[in-house]
Amino acid sequence: MTVAISCQQVSKTYETRNGPVNALSPCDLEISPGEFVVLLGPSGCGKTTLLRMIGRLHDHTSGSLDLTPVEAGETTTGFVFQQANLMPWMTVEENVALPLRLKKQPKATRMETARDLCSRVGLENFTKSWPRELSGGMQQRVSIARALADDPQLLLMDEPFGALDALTRTRMNSELERLWMASGATVVLVTHSITEAIMLADRIVVMSARPGRIVSETRVPFPRPRGTQIENTPEFQAIAADLRSQLEH
Amino acid sequence: MNRIRHFAPGIVSVVGFFAVWEIYCRMSGINPLILPPPSQIGAIFFDVALDPRTLRHASITLTETLAGFGLATVIGMTVGWAVAASPLIERAVHPFIVASQVIPKVALVPLFVVWFGFGMTSKIVVAAVIAFFPVLVNTVLGLRSVQPGHADVFHSLKATLWQRIWLLQIPSALPAILAGMEMAIVLATIGAVVGEFLGGSSGLGYMAVATMNAFQTDRLFVIIILLTLIGFVLYAMMAGLKRALVSWSDNQKAGS
Repeated sequence: MTVAISCQQVSKTYETRNGPVNALSPCDLEISPGEFVVLLGPSGCGKTTLLRMIGRLHDHTSGSLDLTPVEAGETTTGFVFQQANLMPWMTVEENVALPLRLKKQPKATRMETARDLCSRVGLENFTKSWPRELSGGMQQRVSIARALADDPQLLLMDEPFGALDALTRTRMNSELERLWMASGATVVLVTHSITEAIMLADRIVVMSARPGRIVSETRVPFPRPRGTQIENTPEFQAIAADLRSQLEH
Repeated sequence: MNRIRHFAPGIVSVVGFFAVWEIYCRMSGINPLILPPPSQIGAIFFDVALDPRTLRHASITLTETLAGFGLATVIGMTVGWAVAASPLIERAVHPFIVASQVIPKVALVPLFVVWFGFGMTSKIVVAAVIAFFPVLVNTVLGLRSVQPGHADVFHSLKATLWQRIWLLQIPSALPAILAGMEMAIVLATIGAVVGEFLGGSSGLGYMAVATMNAFQTDRLFVIIILLTLIGFVLYAMMAGLKRALVSWSDNQKAGS
């Protein structure tokens, strides 16, 4: 199960006290089912706004934005935020099981699913812990497990690893690639890290600020699973240099 | 050993307080109708405290306190939720909330007696009116402290209104609400006793007035001690409930 996304002339304007602010100029973006797309750009370029509109957390001001599931039925979306956003009053496994609880799945089944997901993100020994007892990286892994709990067709991630140190981040990137390959979901991930974008994306959409808009698109040709060794190849360096020049443009 | 060292200063100061009191009464020859020595109060304590009539009065005060507290909690949380949910309701209710705070609530007691009689109902209403404000304010505060990130999670998961209330808003607000209830239980005790002072024929507050009028100052002290015990036990129960329910909270981490 997966989903296609179609954005046509989608824009976002915020009303503020000092008049309307144009967060995202009209932009077109087509995402195929099962594709891993990275939105790359500096802060203020509207990439988070676009992601939140795809996830229906914001309304778009104009244009059309459609999510089409490959099979009939309602689209299930998993959202990973910049902060882990775990409920401090729930244990790790209860947090992971939350999407299933909201769908009124029986406790026994949803807890089993949650424990299984915890071990998939390497937290099998922390299922009964409180979120505050975990490090930032562990909390973010819990939030990824939570996003995966309902077996989403669409996974939206807003700088999920931005708060992590470089080492943890690299490891989380390969974990995420592995989880995505197993699930087949469509993924849209927002980042401002060029390396992260190349490590993860099928296609990188470069965005620019003031006004927020899409500048260009780059396909990433590396086979999967990608290891950190690709960072040293000339192709990687070439793509990175190209992206950097577009971002500085 | 550590526990003994921890509690020793408190025990010493309390024992010292009663010793000074006792010595003062004996040395100064003060009239025991004005200030009875602790030994005299101690001698009659169990006679008075365990007298079936005292127990009946105490149970009445306790019932009024708990009923008033319950009422204050339910109304305070409901109004608080409405105020937090709707700016319109907030502006509509605001004058009443301010008025209910600045008015000396004791002045309302005669009115409540006229409306609800000399029985328990008027005392329950007084207790509820006095105790309701901290629950209301803390409920509003607690509900406003729902983190936007947590709300995003529930929004993205398409949670229903009831799911948001039960699984997000109430847990988020619970530490603040329980802190408000901790204040409310103390205020409800005060409300019930004041109500009995001013218009009643039963309860420990009435008993206090009756013993005072009969110049039984030593018995008055026993009643004061009983009221203190009731207040203490209720507060301790509330604090225990708070610890049990919000053990996950950061505020609790420092304490435990």
